[in-house]
Amino acid sequence: MSTASLPLPNWISYGLMPILNLSVAFLISGLLVWLIGESPIDALVLLLQGALGNGEGIGFTLFYATSFIFTGLSVAVAYHAGLFNIGSEGQAYLGGLGCALVALALDHYVPWYVTAPFAVVGSAIFGAAWAFIPAWLQAKRGSHIVITTIMFNFIGAALMVYLLVNVLIVPRVMAPETRTFLGGGRLPKLDWLMAMFGLKLGPAPFNVSFLIALVMCFLVWLLIWRTRLGYEMRTLGFSPSAAAYAGVPYARTVIIAMLISGALAGMMALNPVMGSAARLQVEFVGGAGFVGIAVALMGRSHPFGILLASLLFGILYQGGNALSFDMPGISHEMVLVIQGLVILFAGALESMFRPALVRIHQRLARP
Amino acid sequence: MSRDPALELVGIDKTFGAVQANSDIHLTVERGTIHGIVGENGAGKSTLMSIIYGFYHADSGQIRVNGKAVAIRDSQAAIAAGIGMVHQHFMLVDNFTVLENIMLGAEGGALLAKGIASARAELLRLENAYGLKVDPDALIEQLPVGLQQRVEILKAMYRGAEILILDEPTGVLTPAEADHLFRILEVLRDQGKTVILITHKLREIMAITDTVSVMRRGKMVATRKTSETTVEELAELMVGRRVLLRVHKGDAKPGDVVLSVRNVSVKDNRRVTMVDNVSFDVRAGEIVGIAGVAGNGQSELLEAIAGIRKPSSGDMLLNGRTVDQADPAALRDMGVAHIPEDRHHMGLVLKFEEYENAVLGYHRKAAYGRGPLLDRKAIRRDAMEKIEKYDIRPPNPRLQTAGFSGGNQQKIVVAREIERDPTMLIIGQPTRGVDIGAIELIHRRIVEMRDAGKAILLVSVELDEIRALADRILVMFAGRVVGETARDADEQSLGLMMAGISA
Amino acid sequence: MGQYDILVSIIGSTIRLSIPLIFTALAGLFSERAGVFDIGLEGKILGSAFAAACIAHVADSAWLGLLAGIAASVALGLVHGFASITNRGNQIVSGVAINFLVAGLTIVLGTAWFGQGARTPHLTGAARFAPLNLPGAGTIRDVPVIGPLYANVISGNTLLTYLAFAAVPLSWWILYRTRFGLRLRAVGENPGAVDTAGISVSWLRYRAVICAGVLCGFAGAYLSIVQSAAFIQDMSAGKGYIALAALIFAKWRPVPVMFACLLFGFLDALSNFMQGKHAPLFGEVPVQIFQALPYVLTCVLLAGFIGVATPPKAGGVPYTKER
Repeated sequence: MSTASLPLPNWISYGLMPILNLSVAFLISGLLVWLIGESPIDALVLLLQGALGNGEGIGFTLFYATSFIFTGLSVAVAYHAGLFNIGSEGQAYLGGLGCALVALALDHYVPWYVTAPFAVVGSAIFGAAWAFIPAWLQAKRGSHIVITTIMFNFIGAALMVYLLVNVLIVPRVMAPETRTFLGGGRLPKLDWLMAMFGLKLGPAPFNVSFLIALVMCFLVWLLIWRTRLGYEMRTLGFSPSAAAYAGVPYARTVIIAMLISGALAGMMALNPVMGSAARLQVEFVGGAGFVGIAVALMGRSHPFGILLASLLFGILYQGGNALSFDMPGISHEMVLVIQGLVILFAGALESMFRPALVRIHQRLARP
Repeated sequence: MSRDPALELVGIDKTFGAVQANSDIHLTVERGTIHGIVGENGAGKSTLMSIIYGFYHADSGQIRVNGKAVAIRDSQAAIAAGIGMVHQHFMLVDNFTVLENIMLGAEGGALLAKGIASARAELLRLENAYGLKVDPDALIEQLPVGLQQRVEILKAMYRGAEILILDEPTGVLTPAEADHLFRILEVLRDQGKTVILITHKLREIMAITDTVSVMRRGKMVATRKTSETTVEELAELMVGRRVLLRVHKGDAKPGDVVLSVRNVSVKDNRRVTMVDNVSFDVRAGEIVGIAGVAGNGQSELLEAIAGIRKPSSGDMLLNGRTVDQADPAALRDMGVAHIPEDRHHMGLVLKFEEYENAVLGYHRKAAYGRGPLLDRKAIRRDAMEKIEKYDIRPPNPRLQTAGFSGGNQQKIVVAREIERDPTMLIIGQPTRGVDIGAIELIHRRIVEMRDAGKAILLVSVELDEIRALADRILVMFAGRVVGETARDADEQSLGLMMAGISA
Repeated sequence: MGQYDILVSIIGSTIRLSIPLIFTALAGLFSERAGVFDIGLEGKILGSAFAAACIAHVADSAWLGLLAGIAASVALGLVHGFASITNRGNQIVSGVAINFLVAGLTIVLGTAWFGQGARTPHLTGAARFAPLNLPGAGTIRDVPVIGPLYANVISGNTLLTYLAFAAVPLSWWILYRTRFGLRLRAVGENPGAVDTAGISVSWLRYRAVICAGVLCGFAGAYLSIVQSAAFIQDMSAGKGYIALAALIFAKWRPVPVMFACLLFGFLDALSNFMQGKHAPLFGEVPVQIFQALPYVLTCVLLAGFIGVATPPKAGGVPYTKER
């Protein structure tokens, strides 16, 4: 055994190390800001103010976080079964189709709280359907799910563009999008929730899908750690041979895990499509699927960690927007840089500080 | 010729965290001898060899080759010092040829064309000098295990090894192949090479080595001239107290047939037939032992009976009813319990907490939950009962399973399978890597099960274990059952059958 | 245009569109054969394109631009290597991180330095590679069939185009005829065998990653210096992933990789050509079908419907000596 594999107490593994990794990511981002000729401290202050300084900012932060919770849960569920689902981006895209179809069908006739459950189901079904073929290919043909899901992201994008341009588009209008949903097809904003904390939501699109996301957090936790299916998924994820020994059906478990994962990704669409834009547009997912990977990793695939990580990335997104507004020298894409650095340090490089931490811990632990 | 010993270890220490794997090791190996190193699993042999070969660095101490101190920083330094190693798990590239594998690391230049001709010539020379014959253009994945090992030896010789270390070389060989290996080792020794043989098989030590060192719990406890010691003395040194090589048990009282295996053939992942038309019965109240060298199909047979691998032909009956193979859950429902050969990867999920492993395979039983949900309280209660009954330490069902010792991990598996009161128990290598105390407990429980009328199928590569426990012994060789004996059959006839030589 | 002229035009288009794919797929080949899975090809091309365009503009030299592109790509590759090899991190995550990083960095720096909304200034003259006219192109031009083919398709390309095709046999030779290639292929199948032979697994994998970086550098420079005359936001447009698909489709071998890239390049050229046109049986073919086709084909291959694709055995798994 080398130092790298000696166990560290939980508070270091789950508390100190992530914070350390985050700090380094921010430090490097700060360096970049300084190179461009702006003050990193000012930038950080603007970022935090933009994200948390007022009701509207917090609203936007939570709005972005909602999408990340869904995609983070999606990646996490698959990960527990040992599958790396890179396809949440495409599955969310298709999920948008599902909820849009429901909204377009029902919004003339019923209020939003009747449409909503059907929309949830619709988005889930379409997202799950998009995950089905890669799942089946992995389960029955052994095709590597990472590659097939990446491929399906692109196939999905092509399909959705085709549909939006040729099928769902409003006649005689240029923009490749559906018509705007009526009230019956929109998810209302959560301004009353913000008001409870003395905050004004303003134009921020923080909406009911956030509550749906929280419910999903609880359900995912229940599934993974309290059900027999979750037990089987975790067995498969930790040890495929133990799963075979224990009689866990491989193909069925892989497919079910991916269907659930796809469904969660599909539900992400509720947030922007029904909660904000009130129509289906091209590229509405905007990278949330990939952020979901980062969120799941940082949150260690546990719903509570995912919640926290989603909030973090929500702050980054909204803060980044505000920052690019107030500091024109820094374009909005700075968020992508910070995001990339966070994923790099909290994901791929997470063990970078491990040997040093182990040594320090050992030295302090010796009486 | 120098009088210095070929290899000397002086005061080697190596600690991993809280575990002292090697403690003040002193070892002297004379040139031109075959030196054995014995010890149980966990005695520290592998760590020591890894230090000699440059995989690990010793915390303190010195290594001397031919009297001169050498610093072995990495495997390249070890090779330069004339040390060659044949690993237990071969380090070969499966889809390369023999020639490419041997050349790897000693290609003789940046362009391969040059080196290939000289490599072929050298291989021919080695074949003539030591009798190591292999087709240079064969693909590794198409060679039998014995020949693959020969390639490993050739690799070492090609790099000019004067000291050859072999780590548990006969685990995957038939007795005939093992004999052939020993002849080659003797040739090497007679030509002035030094051989270090790491093994836990005392009979091999007695058969082939000139000197033997015993390791126990990280220390080198004794060194003897092989001609001046016995198997019993070595065993005692290995373990530290008198070892009972026999388990106390009465005669079996076999009842009805529980398991009937009929004309079963099984292919492995490479579509190679590993089990060839095997038929036998196991009755209630008897222990049927399957003896044989590892790799003769026992693992695949076990997997087929346990429902993990579908046989290519044949069928199995349980209490007279045909079984749907490849459904372990159904087999469990029918009362078949399975203690697998590989507890680390099959029998347990090391990352689970102990109580979660206590129900592995049985998690769908009604007692452990309602509908889709698990009843964790009930599971933990069940786990605690087993912990107490089997003296599993530490008695903490919330501890991660990886934190238990090998013996206690195996107890978790044994407790889980036995306490279900199964009709039939399938066991593979129950005491591999398990300390003496746990071995005794596990053997005792197996005999108790037999006396309670269970049908037990035991597969083990440890002939001593089979002879101690089994009422009937079946010998497997090359996928077939080549012989059946009573429990008191002598070792020589068993050994011959294991080598494929039937009476 | 006559039928044959259309054909020649499509062939020419195919070659132009395949060049970045060939470079990138070969890059992926070196990396993956050594056991380092590389999703970050996309990020490397984009980063290289940006660096190449910047330096080509500032130094008014295509060669310096190319070098800058290679340097940027190699640097990104080393980051991926540091994460995957030295730190044994998850290779997918590292690749995804680099793609994000580069996507953001190129725009942030581009806006900060050139202020034109992430577009670098237009390149002219010495800042671009000139087309090379092969001997006799002018005289043969009017010869039927061969003439246009030789004059417009085979001749008249820039140096990078010829280098791309030369890189294929060169890669084959390196992989199968040199010591480095033998070791590289070994480390992707069984790193333990390499380690016990006294060769450093890390250093070998780093060199593979550097090779990948160099090749991606060519790809990116081609995009911004040759194909366009500037760096445009997100100009790699998924080519890194198509190259990955081509690599898998070609089962990780150099010469089939070239053909796979030509095939996918052809599909791209065809989709450009077919826009707005009617095909005999189908009517207007949606351009999205051509866009999706490379990915669909790869999935079909992976499903085992056209032969089995076995990746290098040790691919994607960090090497540890733990026993």
